[in-house]
Amino acid sequence: MVIYLLRRLGLALVTCVFISVLTFIIIRLPPGDFVDAYIANLASNGSTVSGEQAEAMRREYGLDRPVVVQYARWMGRVLQGDFGVSMVWRRPVTEVIGDRLWLTMVVSVSALFLTWMIALPIGIYSAMRQYSFGDYVFTTLGFIGLAIPNFLLALILMYVGFRYLGLNVGGLFSAEYIQAPWSLARAWDLTKHLPLPAAVLALAGTAQLIRIMRANLLDELRKPYVVTARAKGLTERRAVLKYPVRAALNPFASSIAYLFPYLVSGSIIVSLVLGLPTVGPLLLQALVAQDMFLAGAIVLLLGFMTVIGTLVSDVLLMWIDPRIRLGGR
Amino acid sequence: MSAAALAPPISVAEDRYAQATQLQLTWWRFRRHKLAVISLFVIALFYGVAIFADFLAASDPHATDARRSFIPPQGIHLFDANGFNPHVYGLRGARNPRTFQLAYTPDPTRKLPVRMFTRGYAYDLFGFIETDIHLFGVEGGRPGESIFLLGTDQLGRDLYSRMMVATRVSLFIGLAGVTLSLFLGVLLGGISGLYGGWVDMFIQRVIELLRSVPTIPLWMGLAAALPRTWSVLQVYFAITVIISLIGWTDLARVVRGRFLALREEDFVIAAELSGASQGRIIFRHMLPSFASHVIAATSLALPAMIISETSLSFLGLGLRPPAVSWGILLQDAQNIQVLSGAPWLLSAAVPVTLVILAFNFFGDGLRDAADPYG
Repeated sequence: MVIYLLRRLGLALVTCVFISVLTFIIIRLPPGDFVDAYIANLASNGSTVSGEQAEAMRREYGLDRPVVVQYARWMGRVLQGDFGVSMVWRRPVTEVIGDRLWLTMVVSVSALFLTWMIALPIGIYSAMRQYSFGDYVFTTLGFIGLAIPNFLLALILMYVGFRYLGLNVGGLFSAEYIQAPWSLARAWDLTKHLPLPAAVLALAGTAQLIRIMRANLLDELRKPYVVTARAKGLTERRAVLKYPVRAALNPFASSIAYLFPYLVSGSIIVSLVLGLPTVGPLLLQALVAQDMFLAGAIVLLLGFMTVIGTLVSDVLLMWIDPRIRLGGR
Repeated sequence: MSAAALAPPISVAEDRYAQATQLQLTWWRFRRHKLAVISLFVIALFYGVAIFADFLAASDPHATDARRSFIPPQGIHLFDANGFNPHVYGLRGARNPRTFQLAYTPDPTRKLPVRMFTRGYAYDLFGFIETDIHLFGVEGGRPGESIFLLGTDQLGRDLYSRMMVATRVSLFIGLAGVTLSLFLGVLLGGISGLYGGWVDMFIQRVIELLRSVPTIPLWMGLAAALPRTWSVLQVYFAITVIISLIGWTDLARVVRGRFLALREEDFVIAAELSGASQGRIIFRHMLPSFASHVIAATSLALPAMIISETSLSFLGLGLRPPAVSWGILLQDAQNIQVLSGAPWLLSAAVPVTLVILAFNFFGDGLRDAADPYG
């Protein structure tokens, strides 16, 4: 068990390093360096920077050093919580991001829970009533859910809401709470706005999980121990829920590790369509404006958050599955 | 008496079954999945559209005309007083004095006959046959007049024609991306499954790594870093590479799993003992028995590629105009104000959904058919 935990932790650390290297590459990919971009930005506002000042800045940011040293220094700053300055906003990156990162996570995590809450009962139902009318309905719905990219679904919902219900379904807050400081009322307002984006995000994952759950449970239901349980006179509900569902839950739970990065990814693009105050729109703006420190920080933080989320789900999985807990795998 | 005469008689059907090649068996099993067969036709139809995109287009997909912006979809009238005579009405555009938006009213006195195989803008069929014949179009219209089956966008470009051309771009970028993924997946998955040991460990960890990273932000970052000066073709190629860099992991897993399973099979050990070279074992004995699995996995990976391209282009970070893809068409529908006035801009959602659905059903059917124990 300890070995399993350590292995997971090690992998998480390696993933974080990997993400940071990728982020660093992304930051450095545009032609010219940060100072060039900064000077160009200043020049467009009418102010100029002398050659000496530029050199001083390059030294200050270590841009005259080899790439590896630059990476190390950048990572050092990041670990201290200094992500640099956003060129467009002219404020520290951490300030610009603010609440948005947490809201991204709130949306993603609620989508995750929603996925589970919908997929589990439907999966069990579909397996127990295989080839019934309800099974076909859910299978069809699941396939359609899988086939509609979530941003498209968001667009369609926006249109329907705007056109036929006359309301703006976007956003995470009502107008009066957008700028307000955190309070219970604001949190409640958030809870009221959350279901729609969470549902849009959850749809594709739900479709996938229903299919996994259904297939797993069908495999389990054919096993002799279920027949024995039935033969001994257990009620159908008990014969299914007591053991087969628990056994089928394991592969189901392991899929959560892949679902979470997927949901975070999806939340970016859905946020753009629905106008959610998450990091999604900010990331797009930053990328279009080549505000690379801001973009890099967002990519990096999203990656780290995903790694942590995956780690938590791994630990949960270990808790559910004795085969992992006891070191069977 | 020979041994054959003593054996119970074998029916023709059984005989056929026993002699069938792996490919035939797979095909017979595949045919039983109705939905998968229908999906195969749908996919073939889509690729047909992709190949004959310009022929199917009614008017130049790039020609802009401010006087015909946001024309709603037009219906074809099949009959008139003289019997069968398909036609559309000419349109009169007038600005709404309050909203300043162009509003169009059909003009029943001006009939534009719709004919087959009309002459339109010039294009190269298959890339080398120069022609200007199109499947259908209107005859005798004034310049700028045409048939708008799905309406026009803000710049007055015919959405139906754009959709035809977009189909070509979106489907082939998916195909190119999946080919690249397939190459990477088969290569790395094969190495991983064949050699095992620390190589396998390493490649598996890399795959886990790639899968635990949220992809869209990464793609966005990479795509945004492409130089603005690149030509449409270069961007097209770069986007293909970017989306396939993540997509190969699933394929690698399938290939590795197959290699691991087959390595222990009797026929592989037999080949090894008879002194067959490693190359011969892989290509002659192992590859045929898992090729269909790989094809199934590929067809399941394709929709993901198409969604990726559509998402990136939708965000404005993928292909750039004047390239036309489904994502670029949907980009116009991003603004809710525009969308509520011109809902037909969303019509590109239909082919996206259809083709993804078809690939999913097809891949599922193929996977079942390829499984000898299914």
